Amino acid sequence: MAEPPEAGEATPSTERRPRGVRTVVSPVEHAFRTEWSPIVATLRRELGDLDLAEDVASEAFAEASRRWGLDGLPDRPGAWLLTTARRKALDRLRRDQRFADRLPALAEDLDRQPEPAALVDDQLALIFGCCHPALDDAARVALTLRSVAGLSTRQIARAFVVGEETMAKRLVRAKKKIRAAGIPFTIPPPDQLEARVDAVCGVVYAVFTEGHASSDGAALVRGSLCDEAIFLAETLCKLLPDHDEVRALAALCLLTDARRATRVDADGLPVLLADQDRSRWDRDRITRGLAHLVAARALDPAAGPFRLQAMVAACHAAAHRYVDTDWRTIVHVYDAMLAQGGGAVVALNRAVAVGERDGPEVGLAELDRLDAEGGLADYHYLPAARAELLSRLGRVDEALAAYDSALALVGNDTERRWLASRRERLTPSPG
Amino acid sequence: MKYILLLADTEPETEPDYESPEFAAEMEQWFAFTNEIQEAGAMLGGEALMPSDTATCVRVRNGETLTQDGPFAETKEALGGFYLIDVADLDEAIAWAAKVPNVVSGTVEIRPIMDTGD
Repeated sequence: MAEPPEAGEATPSTERRPRGVRTVVSPVEHAFRTEWSPIVATLRRELGDLDLAEDVASEAFAEASRRWGLDGLPDRPGAWLLTTARRKALDRLRRDQRFADRLPALAEDLDRQPEPAALVDDQLALIFGCCHPALDDAARVALTLRSVAGLSTRQIARAFVVGEETMAKRLVRAKKKIRAAGIPFTIPPPDQLEARVDAVCGVVYAVFTEGHASSDGAALVRGSLCDEAIFLAETLCKLLPDHDEVRALAALCLLTDARRATRVDADGLPVLLADQDRSRWDRDRITRGLAHLVAARALDPAAGPFRLQAMVAACHAAAHRYVDTDWRTIVHVYDAMLAQGGGAVVALNRAVAVGERDGPEVGLAELDRLDAEGGLADYHYLPAARAELLSRLGRVDEALAAYDSALALVGNDTERRWLASRRERLTPSPG
Repeated sequence: MKYILLLADTEPETEPDYESPEFAAEMEQWFAFTNEIQEAGAMLGGEALMPSDTATCVRVRNGETLTQDGPFAETKEALGGFYLIDVADLDEAIAWAAKVPNVVSGTVEIRPIMDTGD
């Protein structure tokens, strides 16, 4: 069985930048990507305070950017950064009596490096703390991006299209709750571990969908959230190698994001899978995603929710042409999702896949059956899917009527423009 | 008869200025009331709580512990009792909360006790 590449090892200097932007990465920037999370995790344990840990880590990186240019790169950049951050922490703690009891331990050996096993535990503790279910969803996402992925408050604010002050307040409130409520930074006990891993995966997935769903003017900025989600998911794969859904999450993010460059056209409108230029799909992401999927199956033959979604993405990624798509498997996967409690939207996706497998008439019959069941009455995607199948059958008048129904329901401006452009294809051009 | 007095009020948006004479005067009223009720032999115990934005709510449904940020949201739920506990961290508090008998139908709100420094 092929082993998936380890996160951060293959090409760490370019890994988390937008593809095609292979600028030279400074040593500090490189160290930042690989060392931020372990250093913050170690300092958080040693100092017992997340805010202080982030502050002194930031100061150490700022000093690195000043010093390394003049003095040259240290032999072990990570060790240099940790020691420098500890010195900064000592300076602060000496000025604050509340931390007097922590001083001797910290001052004892500024140069000691954490054991690899302890570092894994510290990083997991940091992640489980930031994704604690006692924090609200938005706070978990913001904290994880700040503390684990190392984004600045400004970067997070821009990615979520909120003001920097709003995001800063959100982070302050979250850290206040951590302190006041006694939210622990520990690896949860075995009986809680599964639920807490699910919570962490939920946060990473929320980061991914936020980046993926955006197709507006901020797309470039927000696309970087997909990079961060992939970084977080692959970091989790290293830290929690026995959890199949963690692998599946990494697979889902990679296989979906592999299509990023082709998902939207020059006008910002979505491009159908059938019309995407597959030669521009990211082969590296597809290879890594498929490897994670294989690893997930090896850990547990029974697929969980992320695995099922990743399997659909894999079927698309593996097809060199649209007509090669394995719709039989996709329909089976949607059946499995429905068996796990998937809702009306899953049923709709399944109906569309059935249409691809068995032909437009059969797909239409499936859609009509769903329509009769109700539950999708206000969802524009149902008439839009009918319109696509009707237009393939050459039933133009019915297709136009279906597009009109979809347009009457759609709320999002991009989707409205997209539906209008699909409808326009069917109308004879004037003159 | 034993009673619990639940003190509800709107929460200030900013922390009070602990050095101000207004704050001192306000605290004086609390100390006076506490002394009075203690000396009358009527007080069994009491604490101030941290603000509601430090609250965590726990429910158990179908054997699954559901933990959420924030205080009681369901207006129909009313406080029916309380336990004062001393544990290492929030996870331990959640573990106890998940064992409270009526947590399978109601909600247990966990609020940290205010550290008044005494």
